[in-house]
Amino acid sequence: MSNDVAGIVFVGSLVLALAVVYRPLGDHMYRVYAGTRHARVERVLYRLIGVRPDAEQGWAAYARSVLAFSAVGILFLYLFQRVQQWLLLSLGFDAVKPDQAWNTAVSFVTNTNWQSYSGESTMGHLVQMAGLAVQNFVSAAVGMCVAIALVRGFARRKSAQLGNFWVDLVRGTLRILLPIAFVGAVLLIAGGVVQNFGGGDVVRGLGGGQQVIPGGPVASQEVIKVLGTNGGGFYNANSAHPFENGTAWTNWLQIFLILLIPFSLCRTFGRMVGQNRQGYAIAAVMGVIALVSVGLTAVFQALHHGTVPVAVGAATEGVEARFGVVDSAVFAAATTLTSTGAVDSFHDSYTSLGGMMTMINMMLGEVAPGGTGSGLYGMLVLAVLTVFVAGLMVGRTPEYLGKKIGAREVKLAAACFLVTPLLVLTGTAAAMATESGRAGMLNDGAHGFSEVLYAFTSASNNNGSAFAGLTVNTVWYDTALGLCMALGRFLPIVFVLALAGSLARQGHAPASEGTLPTHRPQFVGMVVGVTVVLVALTFLPALALGPLAEGIHS
Amino acid sequence: MTTPTLSPALLLRALPDALRKLDPRTLWRNPVMLIVEIGAAWTTVLAVTDPSVFAWLIVAWLWLTVLFANLAEAVAEGRGKAQADSLRRARRDTMARRLTGDGEETVAASELRQGDRVVVEAGEVVPGDGDVVEGIASVDESAITGESAPVIRESGGDRSAVTGGTRVLSDRVVVEITQRPGESFVDRMIALVEGASRQKTPNEIALNILLAALTVIFLLAVATLQPMAIYAKGGNPGVPDTVALDGDGITGVVLVSLVVCLIPTTIGALLSAIGIAGMDRLVQRNVLAMSGRAVEAAGDVDTLLLDKTGTITLGDRRASAFVPVGGVGDKELADAAHLSSLADETPEGRSVVAFAREHHGLPERSPDELAGAVWVPFSAQTRMSGVDVDGRTLRKGAAAAVADWVRASGGDVPAELAALVDGVSASGGTPLVVGEAADGAARVLGVVHLKDVVKDGMRERFDRMRRMGIRTVMITGDNPVTAQAIAAEAGVDDFLAEARPEDKLALIRKEQEGGRLVAMTGDGTNDAPALAKADVGVAMNTGTSAAKEAGNMVDLDSDPTKLIEIVEIGKQLLITRGALTTFSIANDVAKYFAIVPALFTAVYPGLAALNVMRLHSPQSAILSAVVFNALVIVALIPLALRGVRYRPGGAAGLLSRNLSVYGLGGVVVPFAGIKLIDLVVQFLPGMS
Repeated sequence: MSNDVAGIVFVGSLVLALAVVYRPLGDHMYRVYAGTRHARVERVLYRLIGVRPDAEQGWAAYARSVLAFSAVGILFLYLFQRVQQWLLLSLGFDAVKPDQAWNTAVSFVTNTNWQSYSGESTMGHLVQMAGLAVQNFVSAAVGMCVAIALVRGFARRKSAQLGNFWVDLVRGTLRILLPIAFVGAVLLIAGGVVQNFGGGDVVRGLGGGQQVIPGGPVASQEVIKVLGTNGGGFYNANSAHPFENGTAWTNWLQIFLILLIPFSLCRTFGRMVGQNRQGYAIAAVMGVIALVSVGLTAVFQALHHGTVPVAVGAATEGVEARFGVVDSAVFAAATTLTSTGAVDSFHDSYTSLGGMMTMINMMLGEVAPGGTGSGLYGMLVLAVLTVFVAGLMVGRTPEYLGKKIGAREVKLAAACFLVTPLLVLTGTAAAMATESGRAGMLNDGAHGFSEVLYAFTSASNNNGSAFAGLTVNTVWYDTALGLCMALGRFLPIVFVLALAGSLARQGHAPASEGTLPTHRPQFVGMVVGVTVVLVALTFLPALALGPLAEGIHS
Repeated sequence: MTTPTLSPALLLRALPDALRKLDPRTLWRNPVMLIVEIGAAWTTVLAVTDPSVFAWLIVAWLWLTVLFANLAEAVAEGRGKAQADSLRRARRDTMARRLTGDGEETVAASELRQGDRVVVEAGEVVPGDGDVVEGIASVDESAITGESAPVIRESGGDRSAVTGGTRVLSDRVVVEITQRPGESFVDRMIALVEGASRQKTPNEIALNILLAALTVIFLLAVATLQPMAIYAKGGNPGVPDTVALDGDGITGVVLVSLVVCLIPTTIGALLSAIGIAGMDRLVQRNVLAMSGRAVEAAGDVDTLLLDKTGTITLGDRRASAFVPVGGVGDKELADAAHLSSLADETPEGRSVVAFAREHHGLPERSPDELAGAVWVPFSAQTRMSGVDVDGRTLRKGAAAAVADWVRASGGDVPAELAALVDGVSASGGTPLVVGEAADGAARVLGVVHLKDVVKDGMRERFDRMRRMGIRTVMITGDNPVTAQAIAAEAGVDDFLAEARPEDKLALIRKEQEGGRLVAMTGDGTNDAPALAKADVGVAMNTGTSAAKEAGNMVDLDSDPTKLIEIVEIGKQLLITRGALTTFSIANDVAKYFAIVPALFTAVYPGLAALNVMRLHSPQSAILSAVVFNALVIVALIPLALRGVRYRPGGAAGLLSRNLSVYGLGGVVVPFAGIKLIDLVVQFLPGMS
């Protein structure tokens, strides 16, 4: 089996597997969020946190709950890291320094998992398990809450309520993430991922030197790292480390878990608005963008014109030999198309254009299929903008799912869309304009610039993967990127919830022959077009100075 | 009334206005163009301090860009101004004869207050809007409607409204003034067509927000590019400075050019012209929209409520068949029906006469020809008309009335009559019965089948509505059976039978609760609440003041079927906006391919590969993009004024067509356009 065929089988089997679980998982999530019964353990939790589970919230209250919950999460995680030397299982590590602790706290609460530290040499087991892994669960659940609230906005008529954040949070965590994570962890352990509290194995390397490979509760954190599109590895090498990602099939499984919830949420969306075909349309938009992106990344990796790539047939630098070029390219695309940011190969070492694809994936706003929840709400915002521009061309005030897209809706959708380009571009510009920003660069010229652009793109979009090469555990980068992560997460969430509130208040305009149909290939093509054109127009000048300058040879 | 969309004379006349609109205090309403103007001003300063041919060319074209945008708006407004001028002539100051307690006094029309009563006689001009409260007169309304045939205005009923500025041709009427001073219908018309009271419509506001967001993105993309460019230049110290990039980054002139090319100037320049032209298109069809909001709502309409009588059917019922009873011959019945209707001046009666003549070959007869005949005209009490001649008595009228008359005259009513009468009713028609009494005996001759006649072409119109996704509902006072039959014949989707005004209102409310937008026409005072409630309420100009006050549009031709055209104009307005927005955004792709390589090829030679148009030099590339950006505004002014062609049909097909023309076209056209301009400007000095 040649490499190309293997790559096609790898991608094809992923598509097939996602298609198989689309309905059952989407329907399950629909029942989770639409159900009215509370499990006993959930009732106990509600009593503990003091919420009435049957009382619903308006958009502002929902947003306040999200922000309050996240603020407490950041504060707790910050303190946790600052006192870890006194805690159990600290492995003798010191307290994390303040700027790094802030950066890490924000990073994990915002579902970014940008790591300016190296896990195995900074964090003790307790912080990893009770701090970071917990946030891996709840930050993913928060994203799903916001997405579900937006979908409720579309589904409800003349309602001021969007549901109850605390109920959505608890249910998403207990009924969706935990069960899948449990099964996934067992599978990963079967694939060689470690799960222990040991201090590490001492091995003798090929060169004869001794080295200690630390162990730890890896599998349990690994599974939610991918399932919750978090991406924060137990080890610095992330999914390229054999203890995190042992074999080609665990690599497949990790990609599958990354894409699982974001894709299936489209089904949940379709069920909630009462038209499954609307869910298929959104899933199709995500699928088209994802497949094109995977294809381009693989092609750029395979067909680079450098001396070494030509000699060995593909760009293998930085690619984990166990997985090969294509599988690594698929992982790279999946991790950047979602808000995961886990890596099994090093994007900095990719060909200029292959590396650019990972940046473009994030610049798209991570919507294909995006993070757990955040992908769906990001895509729906783009759909709203598409409906507005193109919908006028059918001669009616644009409508999406029976909701009129008027001034307020456009304002909120546009504001939501504006946030990340604003953060990425001003962040990068600030870095290039300041001494402290430029100081962290390992390379100069176009490649050095790409490293900075990548860092701000990754942080602002809550991806968390790094291009490497950039020294980011400085006060300047810890602070700047931390701000990008926080604003890049919470500003869109507030706009999305306000949009949801505005949609829910509306009645429902029934569809007619004159209404723009939003379930046909025509609409899918339009959303893809608008997404790509808007992003291209926003980022092309910056990309021209980075990967394009480096990658195009005339 | 048609005026050419755009003529050189029109452009020339608009030029002074376009120059006046350069004033930033006027321009701030259009943020996109204001940014272009600020950019143009700044580059002017830069060109003065550091002059070059390139810089001055860019400066000139930036100013032209703003000017072209102003020109589009000024041309659109100019077309309304001509209309307003002719209206103003109608408003020239008239004197009014105001009634006082014991006589009349002469006052200026401008001094009239609501409730004043004035006398207008033949030859005089009506001094203000009001209702006729006494008398009847023929009125020449051509000053307002352009229609020269006089119309009848009379007190009471639904034809009582008169408009200030119209001329009474005959008789004498007393008019009660209903307008406030300075707020006459003509005043409002003038303000509307001039665009003085133009407010941004909801959809226009939403689109402006989107354009503002896009502008912010592009401003940001360009502003943040500066430090990145400085870094790139600094990292390659051996590269000489170019006209676009030096040690301080991208030069000011080029930076402004980039911003202007990227922000959505095309749609920003044409947006208000599109709105004004949309109102203007309505005015051309003699419809006055009281707000732009109503025009937009017309495009969104889901349900059309149409009165049966006068809209779907011709006003009156007409005879369509004679059905004899018993052994009566066709000819005999036709003759009796004809004779008995000669004195019937109702439209139904006249139609019986016409039918007998046209379909049964009866000669033209007039009541005077028959000597000794006693004519019995139709009356509401007897519900019959007829004639007594040569010892024969003929009667024609409502089935029950004639049957009673036959019985009273000593005849029998055959059983089959009831079946025939019911049959006609069941088919939606109205049965009239013809009876004869002679020599002490009486008999029923037969039945006249009266039918509503559906206007020509209605079915096609309703089919077209259906393809547009609009449901048509017929409103009628008829019973459900009759209504059903006419609805089926006309091809409407639904009907409301035995409708009273409050039923109409309830129907509108029900449709609106289901999220649908409703349009209707009306003219009577009892239509006013429904007109006010409907999303688009078109009042007939012949209607009462109350109706005109309640609706948000007035049709000066009083043609109820015009509602259909109004819907199409509303749709066309939205389509034009959407199409030009799409075109404007799609244009940016090509501009990037012109400007980005021009900026950075010196530093990163590989980027020359992005210069797919093979433009001559960085200078010519940037200038070509700016020139294209300005010229495309001028090129699209006719489209903005005329509107994108609208062909009724489903949304999907419409979208595919517009997407391929304005989306795909928007990507492709500028590549060709910029290349062509580059082929010319490369010969200018300073281009290499």
